[in-house]
Amino acid sequence: MDTVSSSARPQADRAPGLRLLATLLGVAALAVVPFVAPTMQLLVNLALAKGLAVMGVTVLLRAGQVSFGHALYFAVAAYGGAFLMTAMPGADLLLVLVVGVAGATVSGLLVGLFVVRYRGIFFGMLNLAFSMIFWSILEKFYHVTGGADGIRLPRPTVLGMELGRADFELILFYLSIALMLGLGWFTIRWFASPVGQLFQTIKTNETRLEYLGVSPRRALLSGYLLSAVLCGAGGVIMGVAQGVVTPEYAWWIRSGEMVFIAVLGGSGSVQGAFIGALIYEFVRTYASAFAGDVWQMLLGGFLLVIILFAPRGVIGIVEALGRRGTRSEDAK
Amino acid sequence: MSTPLLETRNLEIRFGGVIAANDVSLTIESGRNLAIIGPNGAGKTTFLNICTGWLKPTRGQVLFEGKDITPLPPRKIVRRGVARAFQIPQLFTEHTALENLLIAVAAREGLRNPLQDLHRIPERDEVMHLLEMVNCADVAERPVVELSEGQRKLIDIAVALALKPRLLLMDEPTSGVASSQKHRIMEILVGALAQAQVTSVFVEHDMGIVEKYADEVAVWNAGNVQLRGTPREVLEHPDVIRDVIGEVV
Repeated sequence: MDTVSSSARPQADRAPGLRLLATLLGVAALAVVPFVAPTMQLLVNLALAKGLAVMGVTVLLRAGQVSFGHALYFAVAAYGGAFLMTAMPGADLLLVLVVGVAGATVSGLLVGLFVVRYRGIFFGMLNLAFSMIFWSILEKFYHVTGGADGIRLPRPTVLGMELGRADFELILFYLSIALMLGLGWFTIRWFASPVGQLFQTIKTNETRLEYLGVSPRRALLSGYLLSAVLCGAGGVIMGVAQGVVTPEYAWWIRSGEMVFIAVLGGSGSVQGAFIGALIYEFVRTYASAFAGDVWQMLLGGFLLVIILFAPRGVIGIVEALGRRGTRSEDAK
Repeated sequence: MSTPLLETRNLEIRFGGVIAANDVSLTIESGRNLAIIGPNGAGKTTFLNICTGWLKPTRGQVLFEGKDITPLPPRKIVRRGVARAFQIPQLFTEHTALENLLIAVAAREGLRNPLQDLHRIPERDEVMHLLEMVNCADVAERPVVELSEGQRKLIDIAVALALKPRLLLMDEPTSGVASSQKHRIMEILVGALAQAQVTSVFVEHDMGIVEKYADEVAVWNAGNVQLRGTPREVLEHPDVIRDVIGEVV
C-alpha cells in the first residue's frame, strides 16, 4: 500500500507490481461499467464522488486526526458550483469544478487556521461545529440558498458543448475516474514527500517536530488544506451528478459517513477510500432495497467485524491475502 | 572578549512555590563540552527547557551568540542553531532510523516539493554519513521501535546533529543504557560531536562519564549553579562529594 513506514515495509516492498496490477484491473473494471452495467453507472459515479471526499478524511487520519465535519468542504464546493451555475447558466463543467474546489480551499484555509490548534476530540468536534454552522446558514438563508429544498443545477456545458443527458453523464463518469486517478496519485506522492512525511509525524511526536524547527500547526494545516481540496472535488462531482444540492451535504451524518467509509476501506489508505466508498454505496443501495429498514444495522455490523478482526480495513484484508499468495508462491 | 555561544542572565522560573531556576547566570564558550550535574530536582532539565524555549522564565534572559532568544518558541531557537536530544529519545516511532534522519534533514532544508520522494532527496548521502558517525548504519532500515535504548539514544542525537547545530543540549545521554554500553556510546557521541564541530551541554549522573568526557562541569543545586570548574576540581570538592556523589567526606 502507500504506507511509507511500517514494520511490514520489507513485505510491502516485495509486491509493488502486484499492487499496481490490482489497481489497474480495478480502474479497468470501473471504466467498463457504462458499457457492461449501465444501470450501475450513476451508483458508481456517486461512490467515486464520495471516495474523493473520503480520501480527504483519510489524509487527516494519517496524522492521527479525525474530522467529524469535513462535509463542510463537500457542501461549500457543491454550493459554490451551484451558485456559479445559477449566475452563469451554461457554465463549463471544468469551471464549475475549479470554482467549487477553490471555495473549499479558501474555507479550508479559514477554518484550518483555527482548528489546527487543537488535537483529538477537540479537533473532531470543532470541525463538526463549523459544518453545522454552515448547515444552519444553508437552511435559514432561504432566499440565497433555497433552504431545505436546496438549489437545482442546470446541466453544465463541456468545453463549450451542450450535451444530452446520457453523453453528459458519461463524460462526468470518466471525469470522476480521472480525478480519482489524478488526485489519488498526487495524494500518494504527497504522503511520500518531505512535506507529507512531516505532516504524518504529528501522529507520533509533535515535540520532536517542534525541535526540528517545524511548526506542528503549519504542518497540520498543509494536510488540512489538501483534505479540503479533496472533499471539495467530491462535493462538486456529487452535486453535478445528482443535479441538486441541499443542506444535507453539510449535515453531520454526511461527515460521519465519510469517517465510516474511511475506516471501512482502510484508514490511511488512498485505494481503501474508493474501495470503501464502492462497498458502502452498493450495500446501502441494495440492502435498503432488499433489507428495508435494517440496512444501517447490516452496515454497522460489517464495520464492527472490520474493526474487531481487520483494523486496517478492507484494503488490509486484500493486502494480507496478497502477502499470503506471495509467500505461497515463494514456498513452491 | 569574544561573545559566548550561550549566555543566561539571572534566569528565574517558579512552579507555584517551587523555584526551579533561581538567578541562574552562566556562559558557555564555543568548542567546549559542559557537563551539568546535581541531585534530582536541582533544576538541570528545567535549565535545558528554558534554553531551548520549552519553558519561559519568570525573569531573566537567554542569549545565543549575543542575541536574545528568550521569547522565541523552540522551533525558532532550533533554526538559530540550538538543537536538543532528550532523556527519553523523541523519535518518530512509525518510521525507520533512516527516515527519522531524512525527515530531520528535510525540515532543516525546508523541502516543500509535494512530488519529491523523501527517500530520494539529494541529502541522503549526508544522512548515511551521520548514521555511520553514530554507528547505526546497519540498523538504518529498521523501525526505531525495534532498536535498543542505546541505539535510540544515538539516533535521537543524530537527528539533532542532522540540523547542523552549533550548540547541542543533551539530557542524560546515557540514562537507560546498560552500564557496559555507556562508555561505548559516549565514545561514539564525543567523536561525532568533534567531527561535526558542535559545542555540547549534557546533563549526566554518571561521574565516570563526566570525568572522562567533559571539559567543564557545572554543579546544580536548588535551581542555581553551586560550583563550576574542571572535572577534577569539581568532583574532588567536598560539597559535591557530599551532595551529589553521595559519599561520606
